[in-house]
Amino acid sequence: MTSHALSLLVKSIFVENMALAFFLGMCSFLAVSKRISTAIGLGVAVTFVMALTVPVNNLLLRGLLREGALAWIHPSLETVDLSFLVFLSFIGTIAALVQIVEMAIERFAPALYGALGVFLPLIAVNCAILGGSLFMDQRDYDFGESVIFGVGSGLGWLLAIVALAAVREKLRYSNPPEALRGLGLTFMVTGLLAICFMAFAGVSL
Amino acid sequence: MLDKKSKAALVDPLFDDNPIGKQVLGICSALAVTTMLSTSVVMCLAVAGVLVASNVIISAIRNLIPSSIRIIVQLTIISSLVIVCDQVLKAYAYEVSKQLSVFVGLIITNCILMGRAEAFAMQNGPVPSFFDALGNAGGYSVVLVAVAFVRELFGSGSLMGVKVLPLVTEGGWYTPNGLLVLSPAAFFLIGGLIWALRVFKPKQVEKELVVHIPAESHGGAA
Repeated sequence: MTSHALSLLVKSIFVENMALAFFLGMCSFLAVSKRISTAIGLGVAVTFVMALTVPVNNLLLRGLLREGALAWIHPSLETVDLSFLVFLSFIGTIAALVQIVEMAIERFAPALYGALGVFLPLIAVNCAILGGSLFMDQRDYDFGESVIFGVGSGLGWLLAIVALAAVREKLRYSNPPEALRGLGLTFMVTGLLAICFMAFAGVSL
Repeated sequence: MLDKKSKAALVDPLFDDNPIGKQVLGICSALAVTTMLSTSVVMCLAVAGVLVASNVIISAIRNLIPSSIRIIVQLTIISSLVIVCDQVLKAYAYEVSKQLSVFVGLIITNCILMGRAEAFAMQNGPVPSFFDALGNAGGYSVVLVAVAFVRELFGSGSLMGVKVLPLVTEGGWYTPNGLLVLSPAAFFLIGGLIWALRVFKPKQVEKELVVHIPAESHGGAA
């Protein structure tokens, strides 16, 4: 069990990195990676929200949405299949949780709120978060696995965005062709990073 | 036939104000579904359908949405439309919908949808919003189809699943470029595309990135 958990963690951080293998959360990945400090802020916020939403969505899926999941209310609901509502309920959960987390952090950890504040609302529409929940559904993780997967995917995304921000800070002193500056070059650097991460393919513990 | 505003909303996003090249929106799916032309065409149609419908609906009820909960309202409208889109794909194009896997669901968080809803549909009537959606879907599709064309043709020697370049492994002469079917190739191609676009449209180069090196290095990169 421990080795399975460890292998899933390594897989979700490195081998199947959300940002570099599945291109999720790319919009904020490219937009907020100009400085390391902001990149860390966004990365931590994503990890935090991902580690919360994936398990919560897992409970929602198993307790309400899957075919036959409603049987605990009444046996006659055995045949009800609400899985077409997956998208709507996942995004609703994510938006609501982000809101609650934002209010809780503001109340109990004002310093953290100052650091993460601006990024939290952005996260509701970060595709890495929704993607994490959808992959959890598709791969049929149980609750324990979904916790590990949520934390691991978040950490992987954090690692990727900090790495890109570090490269971009150095790149500002280079002299690329005018038209390649900014976005074009960022794409190519991200491509190279993705190739580096491919070296992890096949790693398992 | 079209008034000036609608025409601008329709034509501008194709090249001048391309959602992917200029506004940096909707990148995730643009990269992930472009290994094959057929999946990207289906993806473009799905995004176009959802975008047009959501833009028109949101702009039609824009005066009824309280601004404090507008994000939730927009998300609900968009995700309902994506559910419809997903069910239609599962019913009529099951194979492709399996290949697209989670990326159909991820249309919800495709930034083009929220971006256009916030930036255009909330301020304009349904008719210009319709053309704005059509134009942005067109701009998105241009990039997606171009990238998928290169990746499928040179990566696996076929187009829409039909063999065009006979592969060495099957007795032909073409050695496929293995890099192009891997994920990083999409980054290089889009990076190159943006480069090309900005060579011809120098206006799009991000101004603040043209830094003055001496001043910058004294300030430090904190």
